[in-house]
Amino acid sequence: MSIISISGLTVDLGNQRILDGVDLNIDAGEWITIIGPNGAGKTTMLRSLLGTVEHAGTIELDGTRPTKPIERARRLAYVPQSPVIPGGMLVGDYVLLGRTPHRGVFGRDSDTDCNIAMDVLTRLDLADFTMREVGSLSGGERQRVVLARALAQQADIVLLDEPTTALDLGHQQDVLDLVESLRRDRGLTVVATLHDLTLAARYGDRIAVLSGGRIVETGPPSAVLTAATIAEHFGATVRIIDDPDGPVIVPTTGGPS
Amino acid sequence: MTDTSAAGTGAEPLRVARLRPGALVAGLVAVLGAMVIGMALGPVDIAPKLIVYELLDDLPLIELDSGLSAQRVAIIEQIRLPRVVLGFLVGATLSVSGAAYQGAFRNPLADPYLLGIAAGAGLGATVAITQDWGDGGGFTDPVPLAAFAGALLAVVLSYTAGHVGGRSTASLILAGVAVASFLTAAQTYVLQANSDAFREVYAWILGRIATSGWSEVVLMVPYFLLAAGIVFRYRRALDVLAVGDEEAQALGLEPRKIRMIVVLAASLGAAAAVSVSGLIGFVGIIVPHAVRLAFGASHRVLIPLSLLFGGAFMVLADLVARTIVEPAELPIGVVTAFLGAPFFVLVLRTSRRSVW
Repeated sequence: MSIISISGLTVDLGNQRILDGVDLNIDAGEWITIIGPNGAGKTTMLRSLLGTVEHAGTIELDGTRPTKPIERARRLAYVPQSPVIPGGMLVGDYVLLGRTPHRGVFGRDSDTDCNIAMDVLTRLDLADFTMREVGSLSGGERQRVVLARALAQQADIVLLDEPTTALDLGHQQDVLDLVESLRRDRGLTVVATLHDLTLAARYGDRIAVLSGGRIVETGPPSAVLTAATIAEHFGATVRIIDDPDGPVIVPTTGGPS
Repeated sequence: MTDTSAAGTGAEPLRVARLRPGALVAGLVAVLGAMVIGMALGPVDIAPKLIVYELLDDLPLIELDSGLSAQRVAIIEQIRLPRVVLGFLVGATLSVSGAAYQGAFRNPLADPYLLGIAAGAGLGATVAITQDWGDGGGFTDPVPLAAFAGALLAVVLSYTAGHVGGRSTASLILAGVAVASFLTAAQTYVLQANSDAFREVYAWILGRIATSGWSEVVLMVPYFLLAAGIVFRYRRALDVLAVGDEEAQALGLEPRKIRMIVVLAASLGAAAAVSVSGLIGFVGIIVPHAVRLAFGASHRVLIPLSLLFGGAFMVLADLVARTIVEPAELPIGVVTAFLGAPFFVLVLRTSRRSVW
């Protein structure tokens, strides 16, 4: 059975229909990457899963519909595209925020919470950063810290919204490799949005194309990332080079004729 | 990449933000020191040591002879002790409310008067003074009661109006601005129509810690306990709100609900403080910021220390207010700003923390 079943997901923001009947099933342990042009509603789709935007349609996790934020937070961890970095907060405390769904509004951080946070920090090579302020870190370090907070949540589904924005190529690879190894070790289900199509082709089992408020295609990268699909939904002319690691998308100069 | 099997074991335990004993002791010493000095100085100076003896003697199971005359004992127990206690309660409540507002709205400029409390209380007090609604003192004194009612009215109006225009915190703050302007205009109108009461209203607005025995303290205590208790209970939740509503919700909280509870508790406390002391500005902004700069931004540290240092600061400010131009009294709002502003600039310039 699918770990996430989305059917008829519709979201209106203001007078604009952003999502218009999205249907998608996601299997436990898979990595699915959602691609689509700017404004297609990728972030809105992740927010719907989190319950932070009002939506119509159904979203089920393992066949049930969580209603309270705390129930969702125990299943879904979220890495936002531009996380809010609180002034003066130390890395250790920031990662401990990930334990919130387990301790509730009033509970204090137990030794177990601290051990879990320290485990994650060590796993992400951040053990020496615990007493640094999050705001003082570089972009790559910050992204790892935000990922650490999400992992400290110990949710079985991780939502990544453009996790590689603002990172150089090396750090993009680091972050995505890290997510991939964690997925294998912990059996995580990963739902990511990515702009870089070649990168999207290299990570994950499946790609879903979101366009015009609907999922228009899903499948393995080599099947979905064709010149025709990209021309239709992104308005871009590209050449696809087959590579053993997945298709490489090369923009051609001149644009559509 | 490190090996996961070894992760966490043998590594240093995580140090988390919490109130360190040293900081707590510093706060308690500040409060007790300010209170003893506040009781020692005045038209009649009494040795601090004797005051401590006298107060310890009042505790059960302790017998100590301070050797003070009955008259001086009365000065301590009926005049100065209630005054320093009230000063502590007002300062502590305003500081905690300020810290709570700043955390709940994620805005360093939020103060306890944000939702029109000052204007509402000002209108209530002005009406009570100009209409000469008697002066029973204590529970039946109409001025604090009217001020309290006005302050609560302002908060209710702001909350109601703020939710019409959407649900963002900015719309609530803007509603507060509109409500404050409206109530200030109403207050000015009432005052202009009764210009003979100008002096009395002005004196109330500038604030004072004046007591008639213990009645104001009794009036203030429940609101102090309620406001400080609720805000303290939500201190960890306020730390989570620092990442914004969306992420806080993704972490399992209900930010709007938490904000409403915290803001209403802080407003109730601030309204009660204003009703017994007038409009004492500055404390609710300056004390929490000084605590942040000195001890860190976590609400687990900020809330208890704002309570202690806010209380101590107000006791000292009141001491200056009533002794510096004896036998007259300076309005305490003048003192809090006059002492607080330079002190705050000093903290701001020497601190290396970035807290916002």
